[in-house]
Amino acid sequence: MLEKALKGGPKYWAWIGFLLLIIGAGFCTYIGQLQEGLTITGLSRDVAWGFYIAQFTYLVGLAASGVMIVLPYYFHHYKKFKGMVIMGEFMAIAAVVMCLGFIIVDIGQPQRMLNIIFHPTPNSILFWDMIVLNGYLILNVVIGWTCLECDRQRVSHPSWVKPLVYTSIIWAFSIHTVTAFLYAGLPGRHYWLTAILAARFLASAFCSGPAILLLVVFVVRKITKYEPGKAAIGTLTTIITYAMCVNVFFFMLEVFTAFYSNMPGHMHSLVYLFAGEHGHTELVPWMWTAAIFAIVSLALLIPPKLRYNQKLLPWSLAILVIATWIDKGLGLLIGGQTPNPFNEVTVYWPTGKELMISFMVYALGALTLTFLYKIATDVKRETGELTTED
Amino acid sequence: MKQSRRNFLKFAGLSAAGLCIAPTAVMASGGSSGGAQYEVNSNHLQAKRWAMVVDTRKLNTEEAIEALAETCHHIHNVPSIDSNQDIKWLWSGTYGEVFPEQENNFPSEAQEKRRFPLLCNHCEHPSCVRVCPTKATFVRPDGIVAMDYHRCIGCRYCMAACPYGSRSFNFMDPRPHLDMDNINKKFPTRMRGVVEKCNFCVERLAVGEMPACAEESGGAIVFGDLQDPDSNVRKALRENFTIRRKPAAGTEPGVYYII
Ligand code: SF4
Ligand code: SF4
Ligand code: SF4
Repeated sequence: MLEKALKGGPKYWAWIGFLLLIIGAGFCTYIGQLQEGLTITGLSRDVAWGFYIAQFTYLVGLAASGVMIVLPYYFHHYKKFKGMVIMGEFMAIAAVVMCLGFIIVDIGQPQRMLNIIFHPTPNSILFWDMIVLNGYLILNVVIGWTCLECDRQRVSHPSWVKPLVYTSIIWAFSIHTVTAFLYAGLPGRHYWLTAILAARFLASAFCSGPAILLLVVFVVRKITKYEPGKAAIGTLTTIITYAMCVNVFFFMLEVFTAFYSNMPGHMHSLVYLFAGEHGHTELVPWMWTAAIFAIVSLALLIPPKLRYNQKLLPWSLAILVIATWIDKGLGLLIGGQTPNPFNEVTVYWPTGKELMISFMVYALGALTLTFLYKIATDVKRETGELTTED
Repeated sequence: MKQSRRNFLKFAGLSAAGLCIAPTAVMASGGSSGGAQYEVNSNHLQAKRWAMVVDTRKLNTEEAIEALAETCHHIHNVPSIDSNQDIKWLWSGTYGEVFPEQENNFPSEAQEKRRFPLLCNHCEHPSCVRVCPTKATFVRPDGIVAMDYHRCIGCRYCMAACPYGSRSFNFMDPRPHLDMDNINKKFPTRMRGVVEKCNFCVERLAVGEMPACAEESGGAIVFGDLQDPDSNVRKALRENFTIRRKPAAGTEPGVYYII
């Protein structure tokens, strides 16, 4: 089926060329980082994890979100998701590719990366994160590819795929739980040191991930006439709405715990993020944007009339994505490390080079996704599944 | 000081087991290739659990701590970088910075004026070791939290995990920031992309010397075996009121402060 990715019109190739251009430019910057070290980033002794790791965290959510389609389809036999399943699985592959990319660019000595395998250390959550991420990648590649190939040849899916699918559903929860454990188990980082962090991660993943997936699917629909079906879109939007409600609720729980208990350590990060501390207010406009966008997205998604309005939906979803991205792809990482262990504020802001390298990883993910979706939609076209309106 | 010396010399060359532990110490500190280096000799000092007591009544000015830091940084080839990507093994902070959860709204004059030395606490339950995915950071049998710079992948997980901000990352190549004609050739320099911190002078203990900061502090820093009831650190702990940094973090620091 791979050859399908190599056939396409001029627009397809222009898009591929554009992505390659970004990858090329980002890679040159990355070579620079390899030579000079992470000093080209805005990181410091106090904020040692920044934009790269934040994007990694956000994208793990995107990877895990495919389960919101796969689970209803396999566990509840919700047949309307049939056309979307492969989209979710392929999105997960692209997301994990980006996750791994962000980890690689973040490591100070990437040539020693395999030390994690040569010296396995089960007491380190990073070790488990590596296992669950790579496991999830393999699961989705095997399942997605096998099912698509079977669809193409019009044979039913082999029986051994089912147990793998069930494994992958549980696995999806594990990848985001383990990623949350990376942060949740650290003493002295109060913003992360909360039992609800894994639950928050899942809630935010299950709203932002399907939202991104739907936005991408809308673009795919425009280009290829692939039709996921109104009912499928509606159900997924409902799932997104519920997950966003839970996500906002969980965040309020954190706010309550911090401020009602009045424990300084628990309040500091929130105060820094939403009001600024020691005269540093860099993140305040961002965090309030996130808060307002979160409320607006809920206002646009909760009333069924607005939720099922196809014209409005892409905007509601985009607003939701921005809100969750600021919360998790920016605030969470910086908030956890600010104030630092000495109660001081060191400002972190990603540098241009850092962003350039991040664009490279994002473009790599987009390229993977383009190839995979191209193959999937071509196969669906062949099998006549493309325009199943209901 | 003399007395504590003698105390430790008692241990010197006591057991062959010590010789098995000590070579790891030298390796852990980088083990420079060829030429002069610290090699474990028969004078090496041993303990069940190394610990440090800092008398902040005697050592509390910026200048005094800075002088110790200079010595430490010089013998360990720690570069001086003028940015927030700098490397620190030993430095000073105010009471509020060192004991952020135990700040008082009406501090004593002495406490308000004093500066306190800061370094890695060589914790009993170090979170930096718990999270390290490669065992590049590990606890030695004598309680010292040591690092193997050659194994570190630079993931900086240990920096996120240390509640005391004791670790530094080599964001850039440290060598251009060192006076290369004037480095300590017996101790390795580091490369970019790895983490480092105070190592309780393992390389000096291996040759029978006390940590440089303890030796130069004029008695304000005592260093010894926490498990030995007759050791000078136990004596100092018995006779003085001491506190440790962030007890709530549960790491059981090995550095005690007499206030
Ligand atoms: S002070 Fe920090 S770096 Fe040192 S042993 Fe304790 S946790 Fe590890
Ligand atoms: S940066 Fe090095 S020492 Fe720290 S956790 Fe990673 S591998 Fe271990
Ligand atoms: S014990 Fe040694 S390495 Fe640690 S601060 Fe003192 S002199 Fe430096």
